[in-house]
Amino acid sequence: MSAQSASATPNVPNFPNGGGAAAVLAAGIGSFLLSVFAILGDQSAFFKKLFVFYKPTGPLSGVTTCAMVVWLLIWLILHRRWQWRMLTMRRVSTAALALLILGLLLTFPPIADLF
Amino acid sequence: MEFTTRSLFTMIHGMGFGALYLMACSGALVELHRRYISPLKPAVEVEDERFLRIYLTVMAALAWLTVLTGAYIIYPWYRATPSAGVTNLAAFPQRLLLSSPSTSAWHSIGMEWKEHVAWLVPISITMAAAVFSRHGRNLKVQPELRSAVLAFVWISLLAAGIAGFFGAMINKHAPVEGGATIHILRGEKP
Repeated sequence: MSAQSASATPNVPNFPNGGGAAAVLAAGIGSFLLSVFAILGDQSAFFKKLFVFYKPTGPLSGVTTCAMVVWLLIWLILHRRWQWRMLTMRRVSTAALALLILGLLLTFPPIADLF
Repeated sequence: MEFTTRSLFTMIHGMGFGALYLMACSGALVELHRRYISPLKPAVEVEDERFLRIYLTVMAALAWLTVLTGAYIIYPWYRATPSAGVTNLAAFPQRLLLSSPSTSAWHSIGMEWKEHVAWLVPISITMAAAVFSRHGRNLKVQPELRSAVLAFVWISLLAAGIAGFFGAMINKHAPVEGGATIHILRGEKP
C-alpha cells in the first residue's frame, strides 16, 4: 500500500483516504476471521469448549465475540497508522473484497466441513 | 388470536429488525448508486449527506440488533436440549429438525450457515456508515473507496438475505414457541 502525497488538483481527493482504507480492510479481515473462528469452533473440540462464553448460546458466543473484538482492534490499529495518509486504494479494496468473499464462502457448511 | 412470548421475540428479530434491514439496504443501494454513480452526477448537498449518514447509522443499529437478539435471545431457545424421556420435540426446534432426514438439512446447512453469515452484515454496514461519515461527499472523487464500500453493502444484502431466508424456512418447519401466551383477540365460538 504505497503512500502518495495529497494533491489539490481537480477530481483528485484532497482528504486522506487512509481512514476509509483502514475501515474497509479491517472489515475484510474481520469477515474472514469470523469464518476461521467458526470453522475452529466447529471442527476442534478444544476450540468448541473454549468458545463457550455464554452457555445458552454455546460456541457461537465465543466465535462471534472474538471475531468482533479482533475486527475492532485491527480497525483501530490500521486507523491510527493510516488516517492521515493517502493510499493506493486498489490493492486495499481488492484484498478486503477477497477476504470478504472468502469469509462468505467459508461460512457455508459444505465448504467449512472440508477442513 | 394469540401467540407466545417466544414467537413474539422471533417476530421482532426476523420480521422487525431483519426484514427492516433488508428493505433499508435496498433503499441505501439505490441512493448510493444514484448519488455517486449516476451518469447525471447530481451535486451531493449537505442535507443529503446528513440524511444518508443518519440512514446508514440506523441500518448499522438494525443489523446489530438483529444479530444480538438472534444469538442471545432466539438461538438459546432454538438449541435447547430436552430432558431424557421427552418425546414431544415441539419446544426444541433444533432437535425437531434433526429428528427427521427430510428436515435435518434445515439445521445442518440452514442454521449452521445463517448463524455465522449473518454477522458479516453488521461488520459490513458499520464500516460503510463509518466511511460515509468520515468521507461524505469526498466519496464522489474517491471511486475505488466508494466501489469497495458499495461492494460491502451489496454483500451485506446478500448475507442478510441468506440469513432471512433460512430463518423464515426454519421457523416454518420448527417454530420457536413457548413461554407465556399473549391473547390479541378472541374469536367467535364455532
